[in-house]
Amino acid sequence: MTKQEALFSYTLRLGDNALILGHRLSEWSSKGPLLEEDIAMTNMALDLIGRADAMLKYAAQVEGKGRTEDDLAYKRGERQFLCNLIVQLPNGDFGYTIARQLIMSAFDLCLYEELVKSKDETIAAISAKAVKEVKYHLKFATDWTLRLGDGTEESHQRIQKSFNDIWMYTGELFEMNEVDAILIKEGIAVDLNSLKARWKKIMTEVLLEATLTVPADAYMQTGSRKGVHTENLGYILAEMQYLQRAYPDAKW
Amino acid sequence: MESTNNLEKFQTIIDADTKIEPKDWMPEDYRKHLIRQISQHAHSEVIGMQPEGNWITRAPSLRAKLILLAKIQDEAGHGLYLYSACETLGISREELIDQLHTGKAKYSSIFNYPAVTWADIGAIGWLVDGAAIVNQISLQRTSYGPYSRAMIRICKEESFHQRQGYEIMGKLALGTPEQKEMAQDALNRWWWPSLMMFGPHDSDSPHSGKAMTWRIKRESNDVLRQRFIDKTVQQAEVIGLKIPDDKLKWNEAKGVYEHGEINWEEFNQVINGNGPLNKIRLANHISAHENGAWVREAANAYAAKQKKEVLVA
Ligand SMILES: [Fe+2]
Ligand SMILES: [Fe+2]
Repeated sequence: MTKQEALFSYTLRLGDNALILGHRLSEWSSKGPLLEEDIAMTNMALDLIGRADAMLKYAAQVEGKGRTEDDLAYKRGERQFLCNLIVQLPNGDFGYTIARQLIMSAFDLCLYEELVKSKDETIAAISAKAVKEVKYHLKFATDWTLRLGDGTEESHQRIQKSFNDIWMYTGELFEMNEVDAILIKEGIAVDLNSLKARWKKIMTEVLLEATLTVPADAYMQTGSRKGVHTENLGYILAEMQYLQRAYPDAKW
Repeated sequence: MESTNNLEKFQTIIDADTKIEPKDWMPEDYRKHLIRQISQHAHSEVIGMQPEGNWITRAPSLRAKLILLAKIQDEAGHGLYLYSACETLGISREELIDQLHTGKAKYSSIFNYPAVTWADIGAIGWLVDGAAIVNQISLQRTSYGPYSRAMIRICKEESFHQRQGYEIMGKLALGTPEQKEMAQDALNRWWWPSLMMFGPHDSDSPHSGKAMTWRIKRESNDVLRQRFIDKTVQQAEVIGLKIPDDKLKWNEAKGVYEHGEINWEEFNQVINGNGPLNKIRLANHISAHENGAWVREAANAYAAKQKKEVLVA
């Protein structure tokens, strides 16, 4: 694998995570528990899809085959996507979405605060913007974890169950492969192992304050780094890519 | 007391074009009329998110998706401003939502039509927001202060909505034959309902009398509708689409477009609950509200605990 191939794969991974998580959040439009929360969900979706747009644009440029960010978003199949399994999961109830958002926002904060120092200027610039946005996402998810965890008996049980159910998808966030090895050497990527402790610390602090239990690290799901995804991803892409695929000659 | 003295004073304030503020004396009917109109307006912003939201996950480019998300987010924000304006009249948000769910409060009938193709997203922005702007610009001069200020804020964002819709339509109209057909079809379906958004002709408008005297409404339905037609017909010509009205023609003497007869039977059917999606739009809103009940309860319980802690501390 060349450095260029590694960088293409890495930017796809970052872009796809933002795109698919943004897609899931955008599904909350008109479904939020309060109009204010509806707005907040849309706002995070906007940040994430904006980040995906920037990251995929850069991926297309790195690849150098004349593809655009839209080609990458709309014309790749399931096995070519590199997003983590966790972002593909259906939204569940509001608490499940909040649990996933806390996990992802804490992870993204740890990741992008390091990537700001990347030797790749484009990644560093996108990361600087991401850090500002992610801080807000993390605050939103933290506030709601506290309210739900330390709210009513029902909300406590619901969100505890959500964290328990989703926990097996967290291990994969830290998996690395040849792509990481090459780019860490170049000072472009970060060693994901080095983020683990801080991520765990954020999660533990928030969950304990919310009177919740941090789930045990049992068996973890895996697959996305090899393009082996959840069954949900196919449906997401079928919906997202429908117009581009149905009218291949059209420009939008 | 609604003494003649108070009423006269009130009318003098209105006639001087001074804004009425929440703490000022106002006739009960003025308050009622405002609650009805502002809440209907707020509910329209919120229910209007549904037809457009229907296309967020299928928007055909990342740029289009971002623009649509931003637009829908604006509409939710408009809903919030308007609920707040309405609350200054002494009614709570919960009561307003309840009135929507029981059918006591209405929202604009236009949102009971389906957004069936991507071109509908263009048509909604161009025509529905375009019609809304004409109405809202006029309402910036409404006599109730909080409503007027909400309109001024909202109008700043609305022109972007109309432009993004027109841009979508323009792209489709200049695209492949299939895209052009999609655009024309959307215009055909949304044109007449957009004209109906302005309400019945002035000669059959039941609420207009007092609303005009009290300057809640500043211009009549027909005047506003005509303004919308005149600006939109030209925009259609620019992108090569045809307005679906054989009787549409330029009247040189009056300087306006004459138009064909609006189907008021359809208008009344949709208002009375028989539009394609009346039941579904409302059911969606109710189910989101009910699914969120445990979340709102948790938030209230948490807030109460925090308050206690502050008191104890
Ligand atoms: Fe609006
Ligand atoms: Fe709008």
